[in-house]
Amino acid sequence: MSQIFPKSANATARMTIAGALTLVLFMGWVVFTLMRSSWATKQNEFVEQPIQFSHAHHVGGIGLDCRYCHTSVETSSFAGIPPTKTCMNCHSQLWTNAKILEPVRASFRNDTPLTWIKVNDLPNFVYFNHSIHIKQGVGCATCHGPVDKMPLMYQAQSLLMEWCIGCHRAPEKFIRPRAEVFNMAYQAPDNQVELGLKLKAEYKIADAKHLVSCSICHR
Amino acid sequence: MDFASVRNRLAGLEGRAYWRSLEELADSPEFNDYLHREFPVQASEFSDPAGRRTFLKLMGASLALAGVGACTRQPPQKLVPYIRQPEELIPGTPLFYATAMPMGGYAYPLLAENHMGRPTKLEGNPEHPASLGATDVFGQGSILNLYDPDRSRAIVGRGEIRTWSAFMAALQATMNAQRGIGGQGIRLLTEPVSSPSLVEQIQQLLTDFPQATWHQWDPVFGTVQGGAVDFAPIYSLKAADVVVSLDADFLGKGAGQLRYSKDFGSRRRISTPKDEQSRLYVAEPVPTITGAKAEHRLAVQASSVHALAAALAARVGVAGVTAGPLPDTVSAFVTAAAADLAAHRGKSVVIAGDHQPAAVHVLARAINDALGNTGTTVRYTTPVTASPADGAASITELVTAMNAGKVDVLVIIDANPVFTAPANLKFADALAKVTTRIHLGLYHDDTADLCHWHVPAAHYLESWGDVRAFDGTVSLIQPLIAPIYDGRTAIEVIASMNGQLGRSAFELVKDFWTRAFEGSTTAKFDLKDPAGRPFATADAFWRHALHDGFIASTSYLAPGAVIPPAPPAPPAPPAPPAPPAPPAPPAPPAPPAPPAPPAPPAPPAPPAPPAPPAPPAPPAGFEIVFRPDPTVLDGRFGNNGWMQELPKPLSKLTWDNVAYIGFATAEKLGVKNEDVIQITSEGRSIQMPVWVMPGTADGTIAVHFGYGQTKMGRVANGVGVNAYPLRSSSAPWFIGGASVTRTGATYVLASTQTHFNMEGRNPVRVVTADEYRHEPRESVARLGAEVPDKDMSLYTPFEYNGNKWGMAIDLNACTGCGVCTLACVAENNIAVVGKAQIKKAREMHWIRVDTYFEGSPDAPAMYHQPVPCMQCENAPCEQVCPVGATVHSDEGLNDMVYNRCVGTRYCSNNCPYKVRRFNFLLYSDWTTEEIKAQRNPDVTVRSRGVMEKCNYCMQRISHARIDAKVQGRDIRDGDIVTACQQACPSDAIVFGNLNDPNSKVSVLKAQERNYGLLEELNTHPRTTYLAVVRNPNPALDKA
Repeated sequence: MSQIFPKSANATARMTIAGALTLVLFMGWVVFTLMRSSWATKQNEFVEQPIQFSHAHHVGGIGLDCRYCHTSVETSSFAGIPPTKTCMNCHSQLWTNAKILEPVRASFRNDTPLTWIKVNDLPNFVYFNHSIHIKQGVGCATCHGPVDKMPLMYQAQSLLMEWCIGCHRAPEKFIRPRAEVFNMAYQAPDNQVELGLKLKAEYKIADAKHLVSCSICHR
Repeated sequence: MDFASVRNRLAGLEGRAYWRSLEELADSPEFNDYLHREFPVQASEFSDPAGRRTFLKLMGASLALAGVGACTRQPPQKLVPYIRQPEELIPGTPLFYATAMPMGGYAYPLLAENHMGRPTKLEGNPEHPASLGATDVFGQGSILNLYDPDRSRAIVGRGEIRTWSAFMAALQATMNAQRGIGGQGIRLLTEPVSSPSLVEQIQQLLTDFPQATWHQWDPVFGTVQGGAVDFAPIYSLKAADVVVSLDADFLGKGAGQLRYSKDFGSRRRISTPKDEQSRLYVAEPVPTITGAKAEHRLAVQASSVHALAAALAARVGVAGVTAGPLPDTVSAFVTAAAADLAAHRGKSVVIAGDHQPAAVHVLARAINDALGNTGTTVRYTTPVTASPADGAASITELVTAMNAGKVDVLVIIDANPVFTAPANLKFADALAKVTTRIHLGLYHDDTADLCHWHVPAAHYLESWGDVRAFDGTVSLIQPLIAPIYDGRTAIEVIASMNGQLGRSAFELVKDFWTRAFEGSTTAKFDLKDPAGRPFATADAFWRHALHDGFIASTSYLAPGAVIPPAPPAPPAPPAPPAPPAPPAPPAPPAPPAPPAPPAPPAPPAPPAPPAPPAPPAPPAGFEIVFRPDPTVLDGRFGNNGWMQELPKPLSKLTWDNVAYIGFATAEKLGVKNEDVIQITSEGRSIQMPVWVMPGTADGTIAVHFGYGQTKMGRVANGVGVNAYPLRSSSAPWFIGGASVTRTGATYVLASTQTHFNMEGRNPVRVVTADEYRHEPRESVARLGAEVPDKDMSLYTPFEYNGNKWGMAIDLNACTGCGVCTLACVAENNIAVVGKAQIKKAREMHWIRVDTYFEGSPDAPAMYHQPVPCMQCENAPCEQVCPVGATVHSDEGLNDMVYNRCVGTRYCSNNCPYKVRRFNFLLYSDWTTEEIKAQRNPDVTVRSRGVMEKCNYCMQRISHARIDAKVQGRDIRDGDIVTACQQACPSDAIVFGNLNDPNSKVSVLKAQERNYGLLEELNTHPRTTYLAVVRNPNPALDKA
């Protein structure tokens, strides 16, 4: 009886098996990479807002403190988006006819709020609190990046859980003295870890075991 | 269930035997089968090959679809800031405002949590004497009514949507037509009213239209049978060693219930075995939560309470009262109670129930006077409400006038009499004879349907107003949100009738209090700050009162308060004729002769003592006892899913009303749970399912009204049976001579009583005060199984260095009211699942209140046990989760991570306490916009396929922790109050840090009566219980 499969079938079979394995691994790699890519996380993506508000101009140029607008950053979970009134504090005097500011004036005039697009958007099951991070010496720029150099706001970090956990496991690598939290020009010193450990003790920052408990962020 | 097997099994049991349902007691094969499948419907599916294949197919498909679904980018979210941010508002941080819920003319003081303009949660006002921080189930549930999408949204005038100004014009025309004739055609119908500002407006109306009449009707409050009394008692249960309740559910109903629960609980939360605790005697026809707390509970028909009260009065030496012959059991009860009362002069109290006739109230007062209790444990004042006291008489008068064609204008405020009025009055027919009918109400209900004008009412959380608490304390109502559906308040409508058009409720109320401050109102008030100092200006007073939510100096109990004095008690009535007693019992053993009572404070005896109505001899047949439903009340909470789904105390029924009958009566009638019976009274009949309620008096049928609505909304309509057709104006609370027939039909009821069964273990531990005093630790410990050594574990022990959270629940204080469950629902965004799902044991409540019965089903003892997650240190659930969705936190919580959960339900299968809840379907409402506004923004709204459970209010722990750290301090004891603990009216639940030996919870756990549930499993539960200690009268204690 003649053989059903020619000899070359062995090679085909081997290639098929190897190919299938490669394909599975490749698919896995694609999913894994895609999940972390900036396409999925929206990292470094400029977001068009209803008004071309420039942090670079207001923070970097004029030197406004973060807290002038984000008033509740030290007291609440939410840093706060300034009410139209805050804009009008200055812009009722400055650039009163600028076309770019018309939506702000219209909001104030017609009593209709401005609508911004959220840039740093955490999933709804994550309960982030600004006040405690500020208190424990996490600088604004540590998470939000060089806001003073952003003409349009973008998300500076991936905001993946592994990124959060990175700091919760070893806060000493990132924290700075409380006085420097709002300083956009702060540079981490060479002895960051040494300083961080000192600050961690001084600020009574809990150990990693506590900070990585699920219920610290999820509830 | 069959009756013989229940009796046989009881006879065969030794020692203390607890059971939760008659089915369990009967131990039938069906029940055992039910028990072996924890999630009855799902679990059996796996043995069925076709079902398994379908299941796998569905799983495969959902996995694939879920995978594809996850491959989208998150859509952008919007941020909408204020235009001008209000002062004091910090985005992301809630504000709390004091307000009060008016119900039945009384204040239920509240503190409302407000998240950027939307109220999300109500808590008791901790400083208010009527709350002390507690709420009842209605206070918790009313927040959902605010957001009810079925509330009436538009003014309707003769079938068309109209404007407020059109209504104003029509109202003015109507009123002007009445001006010439002194308003003789005007009738006003309200619920009981105590609001000073509203009373002033109504009195203004009655002055301008001297012929107009004010009527009052509320099916629950201000309705009396057998005459109203013109005095009102205010009890002080802290000082009471002996409490005798004559059909009074003082822990479960009424405006004082929260304060009474707190005070009564203070005599139950004993801290050492030597502490004296109070003793409670209850005689009542149907088991209530008050009866369940009693050392001695006697099931008597409602009509027999009068005779019992008279006998009690005679025994304690009230002049002019003689006892008739009583059945043996009643006589023994009365003898023991009377001796106990006599031994505790000035430290005891007799409480008459709201459902009992005036004669019983007079007797109770005579007993309290005779014992010197008046002034110590009870104070008598004039009633707080200013409306006509006898609602049934008042509405009867109104219907008579309507039928006689004397009523031209009827204004109905916040009432639905077409649905709720006594059936013999035929209110709807009479209403048709009124020329102009105006209705103000939250819903476009049965009454609105028959009225020419309907005006949507504002919910109290949208209103300005004032209302008095049970002790007279004036409490202010301030809005938490602008009216969502453009509702109006009662005072705005009445003021418009008085010609004060266009004045808002705020103006009216503030104006009233400004004038009250200046002393220019008819009613006078003593307005001082809590320190007793007068206020400098009206504005200072107003701001202070709004901030506190009440004016302490207006309490009738405040020192030097302007108290309307109670009228002198009428002389005690002579004894009623003997009830149709069984063959005259042998004379009871002579009671221990009470010392000669001091002469009761002689009331100025009126010349001719009015003969109190003697209780009529109960006619043959059954006695029907009418009670408002424990959760939907008279129906006003009918469209509230939370209230429908909250298991009713003791029966644990949801989504239905039933007729309770006793075990012996059921045996006689041959009916069991879910059988439908026909009840006929005075020629009117209804058909209703039966629930055999152990402890119901023989020959009594307790009917709950409030169900069977047709015009309220999507939740209420068509649910339950309308029991109002049985109610009559002459006997709104109990009536004899009813007949009952079996219909042969059955009706499916969803009770949670058999769910999450503990399968024969002894979860509640009960000791007597005597046992506990002699052997504090052993008496409690010997009731449970042997507890293994704490170190006996395969896992390495875990060090808890920081905070170590724990909870202690005092079963001795718990009244089983169920408000913990509802507070948890409101705080933790727990979904409503519906009757069909409850039938499958899929309710989502994180804390359940188990009821255990002990002894014979004719006269059982009853105990309650709230069961939240035990937060075990050796948690069985954590070991079996394949995806790490439930893990241990370093503070000892079993964290539940929703976003990791894939829904295997292994954790639930492995939980010995059965406290985990699974979202089998998409239970949370993700579509109704109105409901979304109620949700707590600090808690995730769970989706389908996710396990959930109690987490000790993780969000509150986080807030307290962050607040403490931001302020640079440690968390203090009492900073974290869980939702269940906060609402509990008897302070039975305490939460705190176990690493702090001085924390309240540590001190409680150090008590001898502290024990863990199923500790023998070595789970090391963080939630532990304090055993029940009962203090029975040795003279009555048969055990």
